Amino acid sequence: MPDLVNGDAGPDVCGPSSVPPLVACPECDALHRRVPIRRGTKARCIRCGAVLYRHSYLMPRHMVPLLLGTLMVFLIANLFPIVDLQVQGLRHGTTLFGSIVALWREGRQIVAGLVFTTTVLLPLVDLLAMLALLLSWPGHSAHLWRFVRALRPWGMIEVFMLGVVVSLVKLSHMAQIIPGPALWAFAALTILLAVIVSFDPCSLWDQPAEAGP
Amino acid sequence: MTIPVMTARRAGLMACPHCGLVCRQTAKPDPRCPRCDGKVQGRKAESLSRASAYLIAAAILYIPANLLPIMQTSSLLGAKADTILSGIAYFWTSGSWGLAALIFFASILVPLLKLGTIALLTLSVHFHWGRHLHQRANLFRIIEMVGRWSMLDIFVVALMVGLVHFRGVAVIEAGPGAAAFGAVVILTILASQSFDPRLIWDREEELHD
Repeated sequence: MPDLVNGDAGPDVCGPSSVPPLVACPECDALHRRVPIRRGTKARCIRCGAVLYRHSYLMPRHMVPLLLGTLMVFLIANLFPIVDLQVQGLRHGTTLFGSIVALWREGRQIVAGLVFTTTVLLPLVDLLAMLALLLSWPGHSAHLWRFVRALRPWGMIEVFMLGVVVSLVKLSHMAQIIPGPALWAFAALTILLAVIVSFDPCSLWDQPAEAGP
Repeated sequence: MTIPVMTARRAGLMACPHCGLVCRQTAKPDPRCPRCDGKVQGRKAESLSRASAYLIAAAILYIPANLLPIMQTSSLLGAKADTILSGIAYFWTSGSWGLAALIFFASILVPLLKLGTIALLTLSVHFHWGRHLHQRANLFRIIEMVGRWSMLDIFVVALMVGLVHFRGVAVIEAGPGAAAFGAVVILTILASQSFDPRLIWDREEELHD
């Protein structure tokens, strides 16, 4: 458990920077001394239990191949049909983008925009920004991280994946369902994104000796 | 009672909300983080008024979101418009209880829980309630975690529209309620993002002083 601190160490805002061994709880502001933790564990606030920081199993050298692989899966998920439906000899399939276009054409631009932003645009920008962050290390990484953190709550691939499952169960009573490549790609993407999110670049600034790239 | 702790604010420090760097408080206007150049504030700006503004907007839109149809089906058997609740009722009566429960949870329970919790939290901070700090902190954490899952119904509608498009046999279209419901989800996420949970705990500090 981290110690409580009464000190006043820390760089002046706008002043010269040096990383102090302090961490403030993001949810209750309690001050803790930063202590090194084992891989795969989290440090929690002694007062409110919020996660202060984590030490991921992933190292920066794992991240670039992981991100490139995830981008490829992302492409498959978006270029191929999710499922094909067969009703009375008629067959119709759709990609995610096809659904968004259908919504747009029938006059539901707000809903189309919402789905496009949360399932296509922001997850893609997140992956590209993470890649840029790691490749430009440490140059603009802090700025990029600020950007990624701001948009991350709005990427909702995992919710979309559950939506796919619900839709398929719903339709399975009425039509024959033929799964497409994008269905499996979305399932894989859900897992890959969960792994990527567990990597916290802040740990690189705060434990540079151990985890620097 | 909780353990008395030293907070960053009391120690004359501020943590960068973006990268976590702990910095010394400064009198300079508009302070920036030396590491990530993000705006550093002791507490989120106008947390309560922003959270309540988003909350009121979400509560107003919650009405059309539930009353207007989110999905319109036209098939050989006739046309049918479904609201969120009638969609759940359909699943329940057709025997898909698990699915009915899941959609009830994501589309009805979670938005209501979020509206209620954010209202409770903003009121509790406004009126300086000094009790149940842990419970309120946990409530905040729960709604932060489950809030995004309300988008489920929007994605289901989007997929149904894209998939069920057999001219002359069956066509599904999104209804006006879908946009309203999407807006409710976005607004409640914005409301919980603008609320600063540290305000709950600041009360404890006031009591100790």
